[in-house]
Amino acid sequence: MRKGFWKQYQTFQSRRLDALLHALAGVNTSGPVGKLVHSLAVPMVALGIFLMLWSVGAANVTTSLGALPGPVQVWTQGIALYDEHLAERDKERAFIERQEQRNAETLANDPGAEVKLRPYTGKPTFFDQILTSLGTVMVGFLLASLIAIPVGIVCGMSSTLYKALNPLIQTFKPVSPLAWLPIVTMVVSAVYISDDPMFAKSFLTSAITVTLCCLWPTIINTTVGVSSVDKDLINVSRVLRLNWFTKTMKIVLPSSIPMMFTGLRLSLGIGWMVLIAAEMLAQNPGLGKFVWDEFQNGSSDSLARIMVAVLVIGMLGFLLDRSMLMLQRRVSWDKSLVLR
Amino acid sequence: MNEQNHLELTGVSIDFPTDNGPFRALQDVNLKIGKGEFVTLIGHSGCGKSTVLNIVAGLHQATAGGVLLNGREVREPGPERAVVFQNHSLLPWLTAYENVELAVKQVFRGKKSRSEMRQWIEHNLELVHMTHALDKRPDEISGGMKQRVGIARALAMQPEVLLMDEPFGALDALTRAHLQDSLMEIHACLGNTVIMITHDVDEAVLLSDRIVMMSNGPAATVGQILHIELDRPRERLALADEPRYNHYRSEVLKFLYERQRRPVDDSAPANRASAEDDVKPKRFARLRIVGG
Repeated sequence: MRKGFWKQYQTFQSRRLDALLHALAGVNTSGPVGKLVHSLAVPMVALGIFLMLWSVGAANVTTSLGALPGPVQVWTQGIALYDEHLAERDKERAFIERQEQRNAETLANDPGAEVKLRPYTGKPTFFDQILTSLGTVMVGFLLASLIAIPVGIVCGMSSTLYKALNPLIQTFKPVSPLAWLPIVTMVVSAVYISDDPMFAKSFLTSAITVTLCCLWPTIINTTVGVSSVDKDLINVSRVLRLNWFTKTMKIVLPSSIPMMFTGLRLSLGIGWMVLIAAEMLAQNPGLGKFVWDEFQNGSSDSLARIMVAVLVIGMLGFLLDRSMLMLQRRVSWDKSLVLR
Repeated sequence: MNEQNHLELTGVSIDFPTDNGPFRALQDVNLKIGKGEFVTLIGHSGCGKSTVLNIVAGLHQATAGGVLLNGREVREPGPERAVVFQNHSLLPWLTAYENVELAVKQVFRGKKSRSEMRQWIEHNLELVHMTHALDKRPDEISGGMKQRVGIARALAMQPEVLLMDEPFGALDALTRAHLQDSLMEIHACLGNTVIMITHDVDEAVLLSDRIVMMSNGPAATVGQILHIELDRPRERLALADEPRYNHYRSEVLKFLYERQRRPVDDSAPANRASAEDDVKPKRFARLRIVGG
């Protein structure tokens, strides 16, 4: 009874909110055109309100670096970062051209001369850092998936193994990346010794920290998915006397794919969050380092640049999740399933 | 082969562990089934019909007694005792063809060539009139069609015994009638031994050579066995006016609604009829109500 009332109250509330938003957008939601406008206009109105509140609110907060930047300053800095990127690329091209020209001259004078092409070593731009971050998170996430999916499958199939591993999983799951990082750093420094390292240590440290933090949702969800395969389907495999491998490939994996993907999406989300923190401390030249460097730099533009990074981090996280969703749509056998 | 010793259930009892100790679901079930015989199990819900079937399938292990198929003990599931499950149990990510293919590949690996397998799969789907939907996945076809594919999958294993757990229970009356006709056709043609569970008295009388009526649980057992001596092929319309048909029908109904109606007296000790005592049905007691 009370619950019913509460529900009604909530619907009432959301209806009032709907009406308010519609009124603000000036939209009539009936008809196909109305629907399109509805799906576009409502988010636009919400965005507009958000920008307005941000703009007004930020101006009232004064920090040691001046007032908190509003949308306009952040936009300006976004453009500035893009211009810096272009300028840096121009410099690089000029640098390479100069070298090639000099080499050509040397070769013209002495055909047997040894010439070298030195790589450009300018500082990475914001966009380079984005790519570094994406690369690092993908490596960490793939490594985690390669470990977590098989572990999840065997845990789901064997309740003994599940009982053995579950306490460990539950213990390590809530550990913060910041706690892992010093250990990972020390281990990487001690173990990864090479004269000609393929990867930077900072990259490995960040990627492995990501791995350690995003193993768990995939393991847990895969375990649940595998262990909750329809009992009748398992009976089918018993009647057919399918061997372990065929049973796994034909029955267990296909039916646990939705749960597995839920885990993978959670993992990737966690991995992306963890990465920024890891990069700050490990000094991996990605978005985390960008934020940290701007923070240490403390110029009047720094806060606005950090906010650009915050928005970019958010949007990339969203895109990563969407791409996992698209992958799931492709892999999933049930095309009618509503995925969100 | 000895007609009566094809499939033999002897003294089959089963206990399921519960919090209050073991629960005896079946007590001393005896049944002999001849080759090619069509037997239906009928009884009230929860009387252990499915458990009997699962024990024959090897999916459950009897606590006491056992099952012999052609003189060999049944210890585990196997394709020579194919099961048609109540809810079809097709793999939803495979097409009708692929579902049957999974079974055929498993059973005839190394015995049939690729093209022979293909023919065999198509032949079995043809038996159940499903050739028009080979490439449809289960969620794209109707409930009756799914059950047809499930039957095709079981038949494709070339089983000695076909076990059917209420195969038509979830279907509407018209579809059920169609499938019953198909099943009679297939049985006449292939001559498999069939054990089928049903709730439907008409279905039992129409299809069976013998109807095994089970007493209520706990400790359920075979209550009475009814021989159906109607000529085959049977026509459902013609049978409607056939006095013997109606006699069999009323026999089953009497068993279900008079002798096995609950609650019942719990005075007499269990004096259970076994499969051999099936000529004259006799009264017996059952049902000790659990926990008083």
